[in-house]
Amino acid sequence: MNTITKAIGLALALSTALAGVAMAQSTEVRIGVALEPPTLDPTAGAAEAIDIVVYQNIFEGLTRIDEAGAVQPGLAESWTISDDGLTYTFKLHDGVTFHDGSTFDAEDVKFSFDRILAEDSVNAHKEFYEPISSVTVVDPLTVEMKLDRQIGRFLFDLGRGDAVIVAPESADNNANQPIGTGPFAFLQWDKGSRVILEAYQPYWGEPVHLTKATYVFISDTATLTNALLAGDIDGTNNFGQEALGVFEGNPQFTILAGTTEGETILGTNNRKAPFDNLKVRQAMAHALDRQAIIDGATYGYGTPIGSAFAPHNAYYVDLTGTYPHDVAKAKALLAEAGYPDGFSATLKLPPLAYASLSGQIIASQFAEVGIKLELINVEFAQWLEDVYTNKDFDLTIISHVEPFDIGNYANPDYYFGYDNPEFQALIETLNGTTDEAKRKELAIQAQTILADDAVNGYLFQLPQTGVWNAKLTGMWKDSPIEGLVLRDIRWAE
Amino acid sequence: MILFSLRRFIGFAVTLLVAALVIFWLLDLLPGDPAQFVLGINATPESVARLRLQMGLDVPAPERFVGWIWGMLGGDFGVSYTQRAPVSELIWGRLGVTLPLSVFAMVISVVVGLPLGILAARRRGKPLDTVVMIVAQTGIAIPNFWFGMLLTLLFAVTLRWLPPGGFTPWHENPGAAFRGLILPSLALALPQASILARVMRTALVDVTSQDYIRTARAKGLTLGQAVWRHGVRNALLPVLTILGLQFAFLVAGTIIVENVFYLPGLGRLILTAILERDLILVRGATIILILAVTATMLLTDLAYALVDPRLRERSA
Repeated sequence: MNTITKAIGLALALSTALAGVAMAQSTEVRIGVALEPPTLDPTAGAAEAIDIVVYQNIFEGLTRIDEAGAVQPGLAESWTISDDGLTYTFKLHDGVTFHDGSTFDAEDVKFSFDRILAEDSVNAHKEFYEPISSVTVVDPLTVEMKLDRQIGRFLFDLGRGDAVIVAPESADNNANQPIGTGPFAFLQWDKGSRVILEAYQPYWGEPVHLTKATYVFISDTATLTNALLAGDIDGTNNFGQEALGVFEGNPQFTILAGTTEGETILGTNNRKAPFDNLKVRQAMAHALDRQAIIDGATYGYGTPIGSAFAPHNAYYVDLTGTYPHDVAKAKALLAEAGYPDGFSATLKLPPLAYASLSGQIIASQFAEVGIKLELINVEFAQWLEDVYTNKDFDLTIISHVEPFDIGNYANPDYYFGYDNPEFQALIETLNGTTDEAKRKELAIQAQTILADDAVNGYLFQLPQTGVWNAKLTGMWKDSPIEGLVLRDIRWAE
Repeated sequence: MILFSLRRFIGFAVTLLVAALVIFWLLDLLPGDPAQFVLGINATPESVARLRLQMGLDVPAPERFVGWIWGMLGGDFGVSYTQRAPVSELIWGRLGVTLPLSVFAMVISVVVGLPLGILAARRRGKPLDTVVMIVAQTGIAIPNFWFGMLLTLLFAVTLRWLPPGGFTPWHENPGAAFRGLILPSLALALPQASILARVMRTALVDVTSQDYIRTARAKGLTLGQAVWRHGVRNALLPVLTILGLQFAFLVAGTIIVENVFYLPGLGRLILTAILERDLILVRGATIILILAVTATMLLTDLAYALVDPRLRERSA
């Protein structure tokens, strides 16, 4: 028996040698990510999975967003903004080439934005760029953009994956054969399995440390665990919190616990009684025990929030103390609102782990103050139809994952139906303000109004928990924008 | 024989058509707008309406059904909503994994299951029989995804002999591609091998008590010779039927096993398509699977008729 085992072992070891398995060398990395992107064109789809692979790796925009969520120069090395805030003049980097060897210049910038704004554009966020009235090529390295109204976060929007610069010759093939200006060039996509990028040698910017990066698509957490333990992958950007215990205290791995742009809320239908009553919403806010929800739904990794804003953002203000957990107060407020015995409502839950876990905890917390929740689990398409499109719901739980999505609250037709003219005017002023200090002040005001009005139950910021080989450095802890930026990742000596 | 084949063939075609109708109808009944689903919660109503039009969802269902069937007859399965590539191309690209995986699993289950069944039958009532049957019963009871996990833990995580999953394309490195399929085929084969072992044992035990075995013994053969010459061949008939049926289970098993071992096969394609509401891809891939399963049934029926002349005569 022993000889047989040995023989099998030998045969397999031999075939390992022959197969030359891709063991991580000092300049290559294999990363496990949960979802395979449907295409690789970030300008033609909303899927986060696209940005995870291509954003700032294959494709770059005029500006880029850094780990802190701040705007940095990208393909534009500098810019000037006219006094009325309506004309932006960008000075482009010299000596930039696309991965097919063609030269990047102002014509490519004009082409990329004309493409976003075209009638038949399939850009997922065309609305961000609609204020652009014209893009003019001044000279090969200078571009002028005219806006028809001020947008305060225009430079941020230019740094999104939706606004990366593509070349006219290759744009139509980017879905399967992406060609950009970034530090990594597309090498190969084995559908259903992996995408391989390799460092682009004549890259214009700071040279990157890796020569090759492979994204391996693994959706199941248990499978991902085995792949990490077996060394088949060197890390993953977001690992299920429920299974992190396997890696805690293991010196071969580092756990990077940070935040994402996802504000998880108890979505409340403000159009509908009794939720149109401020006292009822305040009572619900007092009934929530955030820490218990965070412990139960994110295994302690979530960050509490008190309004619709990400804690890692420079404009963030901590409003978690607005309505502290207080059962007696909640009951009193319900009585004042005319519901001394509480009421019954439904809670529609999309099929997401954080939603179903939070839902059960919230149901028991609400029961303590007399609000009886009926939990209804629905499929995601059904959720979109019932809650998002038809607004047929009382309460729901969902994470809003876009950066700066506080603007949704200025849309009275949005699913939670918050209609506050004062807030709408404030957002309009904020959108039209470019001065940083002023913007911060307005953003804080906006957050405070939402917290005071208890529009939705503000639960926690969705965590991002990466698990990486302990010898790797340079990964982003927080995710202020959708992406997995390879630029600074390297193996320690 | 011709009449028999013809009848089976008509049955096959009708089954396919009914299956196509059911798939189409069921997926059409699903709540939710596929266009909204693709674009997500930040899309404007105009872009959703535009995509609906692009997807052809404004056409009435019966018309879409006929168009779908007609297209498939000409090899056109439509274009995937999410991946924007022809469905036939997507499916074709995945067969290089799923086909070898199912074949390996089938071969392993036959090579392991049948001899164990024969062995157990020959030692009926002895300790070896009991051991084989306990192992087989366990094999049937263990879900293959869990068994796959155990295999990975042992051979990939602890011993590091084999990769924990993933797949290197055949043209790139056939050795690595083969290694990638070893653990998944084992996981997939375990329950099938166990079933085959049990069926083989029972069939052989039945056969051993038949008159013709006794006659063979009377003519001077030892029991072993008699069973081998006359018993096994007759016992194979029920085994063949089970084997045909098992193909359907194998195909269903690939959906789970391919996800456990992150293999880019048809099963994973279907699961992703379902999660992303890519109805046209789900329909196309399901039809291909049904085609494969019903075609196997048809072949099994025909093979059965070839092996057993009684059946042929009775049906004709």
